[in-house]
Amino acid sequence: MVDDRSTTAQTAPAPPAPSARPVLEAPDIARVLTRIAHEIVERAKGADDVVLLGIPTRGVFLARRLADKLAEITGRGTAVGSLDITMYRDDLRLHPPRALARTEIPGDGIDGRLVILVDDVLFSGRTIRAALDALNDIGRPRAVQLAVLVDRGHRELPIRADYVGKNLPTSLRETVKVLLTEEDGRDSVLLGQRLKERSEGAGSGAGPDGPEGPSGADTAPAADR
Amino acid sequence: MKRHLISAADLTRDDALLVLDTAEEMARVADRPIKKLPTLRGRTVVNLFFEDSTRTRISFEAAAKRLSADVINFSAKGSSVSKGESLKDTALTLEAMGADAVVVRHHSSGAPQRLATSGWINSSVVNAGDGTHEHPTQALLDAFTMRRHLSGVGRDLAGRRITIVGDVLHSRVARSNVLLLTTLGAEVTLVAPPTLLPIGVEQWSCQVSYDLDAVLAKSDAVMMLRVQRERMNAAFFPTEREYSRRYGLDGLRMAALPEHAIVMHPGPMNRGMEITAEVADSPRCTAVEQVANGVSTRMAVLYLLLGGSEPAIATARTEDARTEESK
Repeated sequence: MVDDRSTTAQTAPAPPAPSARPVLEAPDIARVLTRIAHEIVERAKGADDVVLLGIPTRGVFLARRLADKLAEITGRGTAVGSLDITMYRDDLRLHPPRALARTEIPGDGIDGRLVILVDDVLFSGRTIRAALDALNDIGRPRAVQLAVLVDRGHRELPIRADYVGKNLPTSLRETVKVLLTEEDGRDSVLLGQRLKERSEGAGSGAGPDGPEGPSGADTAPAADR
Repeated sequence: MKRHLISAADLTRDDALLVLDTAEEMARVADRPIKKLPTLRGRTVVNLFFEDSTRTRISFEAAAKRLSADVINFSAKGSSVSKGESLKDTALTLEAMGADAVVVRHHSSGAPQRLATSGWINSSVVNAGDGTHEHPTQALLDAFTMRRHLSGVGRDLAGRRITIVGDVLHSRVARSNVLLLTTLGAEVTLVAPPTLLPIGVEQWSCQVSYDLDAVLAKSDAVMMLRVQRERMNAAFFPTEREYSRRYGLDGLRMAALPEHAIVMHPGPMNRGMEITAEVADSPRCTAVEQVANGVSTRMAVLYLLLGGSEPAIATARTEDARTEESK
């Protein structure tokens, strides 16, 4: 899902609501990623032609960690890259333009390979739709799969994840925030309450996309469209 | 009302870096099999050119098309302008056609400013060169090129010494570059015969020299300006030969540059006048690369002005920054 895509462009990361409580800690995240790596090897029968593409910002770090785990398991390197979906978002016109992140496709490309998209939180599904559009302009994979650290529900599109770290039933008033060492200094998944003014100020153009939980596309049910 | 890019002075350091960083990502689109992004689908960009131009118009056209915008090209030749239609009536026509951005080149300094502030149109106005005033997207693509060669992606140009040589008087490129490069922290030196420097140049944020050889050794980049004979209504220098002897860049002078220094030219080049063919064709000359970078830079500008509900750059000039969704 879409959190944090705009961290650099917009407001500085707001501190999570005081009530935010951790649902996954560093060891849990490591275990979950190890499990997903094994699932990938099992389902892809060795993960020979896998290309991991992380969706910036935190999806990229998760993709790199998964690639390391895959290397440990299979003894071979796995192609890993990043896929920025900003230009393919369906809510571009609801917010000021966002800064772009890096798209880095591994040297051999994605044609005929098994692409696994990696993101931190799966929410509305709109990010993944945008990612599928972006992939379409880059090449033709043999198949596309999706791995997420947290699936928090509330899908707005017919999209599901193939590999889920943790299913986390949430209400729309809650926020899910993934912290990763590479970006935030520590590993954690925090479940918090959305601040009142944030949800109320979520009109179009106001851009409530802090790095915290639901953002842009995710607040779509609240925003009129 | 939307935002405009009229002058390089509209851009803060952060704005300029945002454009350059965005252009860096846009440049990567050019390496893909499908060189197109869906971002400006359904938006209309009008190229309004009252003055001849090859690379700027093509560059803006390519940029808008790569972002999936609809492009309407309008050149004064062969249009109702040659029948005497005013800028205002032309603008009202464009407004009626629903243009989201107007990229304007005009022989009069200030025409884009007039277009942007007169209330004739609601679209964003991008200055693609007005008279001898400014050409901000050229300055951005020059800065982009310098940054790639001199300081690296993501950085500004702090401490880099840029020398701009030639017809500063008639050059909108020079003015925009001085403004933008200074914003980005570079030290700019203008070199020209005294007759080709504008009045008031001592108030610009740059050094001025009349001696090219004295500054070459301390330059990280040398930008050669075209001698704009079409704008010259008097004798600004005795002979072309004398000009090119004193202010032209030849192989010998290029050898006096530091090893890492690049030679830039905004084009079109007068070979044999301000630059010799030897220099123009050398690998240190970035003229062709500048053209390619122009597309990426203009994509970034169009995206940042039109891509969202409100522009991300050059917002300082206007009071009511936020309005309803654009049409």
